[in-house]
Parts: sequence; C-alpha cells; structure tokens
Amino acid sequence: MSTTTNAAPAAASSPAPEAVIRLENLGKTFVAGDGPVLQGLDLSIQRGQFVALLGASGSGKTTLLNVVAGLEDPTEGSVSAPAQGAAMMFQDAGLFPWLTAGKNVELALELAGIPKADRADRVQELLELVRLPQVADKRPHELSGGMRQRVGLARALAQEREVLLMDEPFSALDAITRDLLQDEVLRIWEVTGRTIVFITHNVSEAVHLGQRVLLLSSRPGRIVQEWDTGPWKDPDSYGFEASGQSREETLDELTRTITHRLREEIGRHARSSRT
Amino acid sequence: MPAHREPELDGSVSTAATDRDGSGRDNAAALAGLDALQSRGGQSRTAAEIFRTRVAPPVVALLAAVMVWQLVVAIVDPRPDIMPGPLEVGRQIAASVADGTLPGALATSLWRGLSGFLVAVLVATPLALLIAQWAGLRSAVGPLITGLQVLPSVAWVPAAIVWFGLSDATVYFVVLMGAIPSIVNGMLSGIDQIPPQLLKAGRVLGADGWRLAVKVILPAAMPGYVAGLKQGWAFSWRSLMGAELIAIGGSIGFGLGSLLAQGRTVSDMAIVLTAVLSILLVGIIVELLFFNPLEKRLLRGRGLLAR
Repeated sequence: MSTTTNAAPAAASSPAPEAVIRLENLGKTFVAGDGPVLQGLDLSIQRGQFVALLGASGSGKTTLLNVVAGLEDPTEGSVSAPAQGAAMMFQDAGLFPWLTAGKNVELALELAGIPKADRADRVQELLELVRLPQVADKRPHELSGGMRQRVGLARALAQEREVLLMDEPFSALDAITRDLLQDEVLRIWEVTGRTIVFITHNVSEAVHLGQRVLLLSSRPGRIVQEWDTGPWKDPDSYGFEASGQSREETLDELTRTITHRLREEIGRHARSSRT
Repeated sequence: MPAHREPELDGSVSTAATDRDGSGRDNAAALAGLDALQSRGGQSRTAAEIFRTRVAPPVVALLAAVMVWQLVVAIVDPRPDIMPGPLEVGRQIAASVADGTLPGALATSLWRGLSGFLVAVLVATPLALLIAQWAGLRSAVGPLITGLQVLPSVAWVPAAIVWFGLSDATVYFVVLMGAIPSIVNGMLSGIDQIPPQLLKAGRVLGADGWRLAVKVILPAAMPGYVAGLKQGWAFSWRSLMGAELIAIGGSIGFGLGSLLAQGRTVSDMAIVLTAVLSILLVGIIVELLFFNPLEKRLLRGRGLLAR
C-alpha cells in the first residue's frame, strides 16, 4: 500500500535503509470542518523495532494504526508500509466467539493461504509460543481476558506479517495479568523478530516495552517528542553505568519525565479551549 | 535491542529459544498459575436435574390447567356442545384418531407447514444477504419488508383465492408471505448487530468480499438468523392455519385448519377444541424439539447464555 499525495524528493527525506514503515507529513481528516485527527505526522520505523506510541485519549492513536494497517487511507501525506498489510491485536482480542481458540488461529492461517495440511501443526506451535497449548478446543468465552489476548496474539502471529500493530492490548486487563503479559510480549518479540508498534496510554508500560517511546499530541495528533530507551535496556550497553544510576533508576526517571511531558501536552488543551 | 535476537519470519518458531533468556522474563509458571485460577470449569447437568428443572414444571402446570378446567365444568355444568369438559374432548380426540381424521389432517398440515417453511428459508436467506450487502436496495425495500412482516398474512387469502383458486398453491402463497419477511428481517438484524470489532478483525486477517461474508458475517449473524427462523416458522404455522380455516374445498387437502372449520360448521365444540389443541401441540413440540435446543446450543457456545 502506498498513497502519495504530497510527493517529497525521495533522496532528501529517505532515512535509514531498513525502514519498514515510513509516514511523511501524514494527515487524516474525517469530517471537513471538524479539524484533522492527524496532521503533519512524520515517522519512520526500522525493521525489528519495538515502538511504543503514547498519547491521551483522542490523540488519533487508533486512526494512526488503521492507516498503517491499510484499513483507512490518509487524507494528506504519504504512507509506505509492507504491501501485504500488518497484523493487528485489539483491546478486546476480537476473537470470533463461534470458533474455538485453535480454529481462530487456524482461520488466520487459512486466510493467509497456508495449505490445510500444514495448519494443525502450525496452530499448535503458535499456541505453544503463547504458552497456551492446552486451550485449542476452548471457546473464547471459556478463557480469561489474559488468555484471550494471548490467543489473539497467536492469531496475529499466524498472519506472518512483518509488522505487528497492537492497539492498547492490555488496557482492559488486571494489573497482575498485564505485568506478566508485557514480559510475554517482549519474549515473543525477541523470538519472532517482528516489528511492533504498541499503542498505550500507560507511561510505564510504554517505557517498559518500547525501544522508542513516541509521544503523540491530541487534536491534531502529531509526534511531539521521542525518547530512546534502547541503550538502557540492552544488556551489552554500559551507558547507564557511567551515569552512576542503576538501570531501574534511569527508567524510573525517564517514566517521570515522560509523564510530566504528557501532562503538559494534555494541559495545553485546557488553555487552548479557553481562548 | 538485545544482541542475540534472531528474526524468524519464515515461521519456524523454536520454543527452545524462548527459555534462553532466564533473566526474570521466563514467567511460564506464574502464567500457568494465573490461567488455572482464571479458568472457568464447564458445568454439565445430570438427566435427573434436567427432568426436575425442565420437564417437570410444564407437565405439572398442564395437569393443573386440565384439573381446573374439569373442576369448572363440574361446578358450572354448561351444555357439553358449548363447553365440553376435558373428558368429552379426550373422547373426541380418541374417536378422531380412530377414524383417521386427526392423523390425516395433522400430516397434511405438518407437511405443508414444513415444506412451506423450508421454501421460505431458501428464498429468504439469499434475499437477506443481498439486501444486507447492497445499501441502496436495503433503503428501497427495507420498509416494505418490515411492513409485510406486520401485515397479517391471512390478509392475502382473498387475493390468493382469486389468483390460484381453491388449490394448494393458495395455501403455500399465504405461508410464504408470512414466513419470508420474518426470516429476512431476522437475518438483517443479525447482521446489523455484529460487533464492528469482529468485522475489523476479519478484514485485518485478510478476509475480503465473499470470504468475509462466509467466514465472518454469516457465522456472526447466526443468533439473529436463528431468531428469524424461529419467528418465520411461527408465522408459517399461523398463516397456514388461517389459510386452511378460510379457504376450504376445491383441491385443497384437509388440514387441521379445515378440521377447525368443520367443527364450527357442525357446531361441535369438542371437534373445535380437538383441532385447537392439536395446532397448539404442534407449535409447542416444534419449539421444544427443534428451535429451543438449536438456539440454546448456539448461544451457549458463544457464552451468551447465563445458564
């Protein structure tokens, strides 16, 4: 999928060669007169990156994911994303209630064109990957919220897409389950090497998961600031030792900084709505 | 980015690699514990329980109603041809069964009702899918179909007699006019009530056009469709009885409605009640043996039924 309405000189704006997703001056307006939901958004994501997208409600996060997934067309700017589209995970898993967990994963394989003979083994592998080998015959309503999300993750991975988009997948879960699933997502990211764009409104979740944390402003949505957490998480990087802080302290401080910046960004709306 | 991460996009996911990182990320045990805590066990009922909760109450209610009826007849003592008691009606039923009238009428009506209903399903299902897919068609014929559903289909009997004469075609026409709008409307509301999230999930998974229709829209609309079928059957049966009651003679076979009309003509209340009870019984049996289990199974499989 590639929509180009505002062609920029390719050579001048081309970033690193391995960018899987590149958005240039992206804008999206649903109803003319209501103002744009997204405006002037530039973003480039490299292959294999884990990007956390942070923003308050109404910041157009979901619209941004829909545009990247090819479900909606931008009204301005250009999108380049894998032509095959992207896999996607939703807040409520979106499993089909008339199919068992195994059949939900199998349907994704079927729609991806995997031959019938190969599907059963692949379903089992994927369910084992999310540590749910025993639930293949259960219907979604027989599973807990966390288990449903993991089946949803298995289904998204079944699509074999390079890019996995996650739209607040853990925001409806209890804190204990969320903690565990965050680490599961990191583990699966490391195993599969997918490029992940993870939407959240939880700052510590964004810092914990993302190599890059992007802060999205609201109405219109655009990226106002970016933090690189990669060096603090990489066990081979000794950057944080030089600062005299532990890794946890550094990440905590980053969380506080980002929270402060997020509140500033939200507060800007109160001021602008009064004028 | 961890240094030793290996992309495996080709699909070969090795589970051995998942335990490589022992730095607190391996929370398999905690997850398994959580899964065990949060899983709900399925509850199954014993035959005795089903009898106690499902079979016994309606049987007791029925017996009570018959006893009250007998009691009223015994106390008031009306003329038996105007208000017969359960015993007289029982004798009449036995006599009608013995001379073959009741089984014959029952078979004729059941066959008409079921075959008419099946034809209605075959016509209504593709029609509903077509209307659902095509917004223009829907806004054009939607109000008409809703109107037809409200219109009592017996209203078609005079027209049908003019067009088809006193033949079985008249009866079938009325049955179809009763059942088709119900089934179409049931399916349309089933499609309308599909959670948007499921459609989005289907599209993200790559389902398009007819694959989206067959793999996502149809199964997702099933509860509404079955509700429409159930109502369509009820309308078929009612329309059939109305048609049989009004259109008598010619080449039209003798059904339960005809038996009812006969009872009225000869002023024999026992025959009238025999026909009414038989019509009622068919309705109850079809509901209990077919639609109720179908609907319960469907809803329970999706977690939409509390019990």
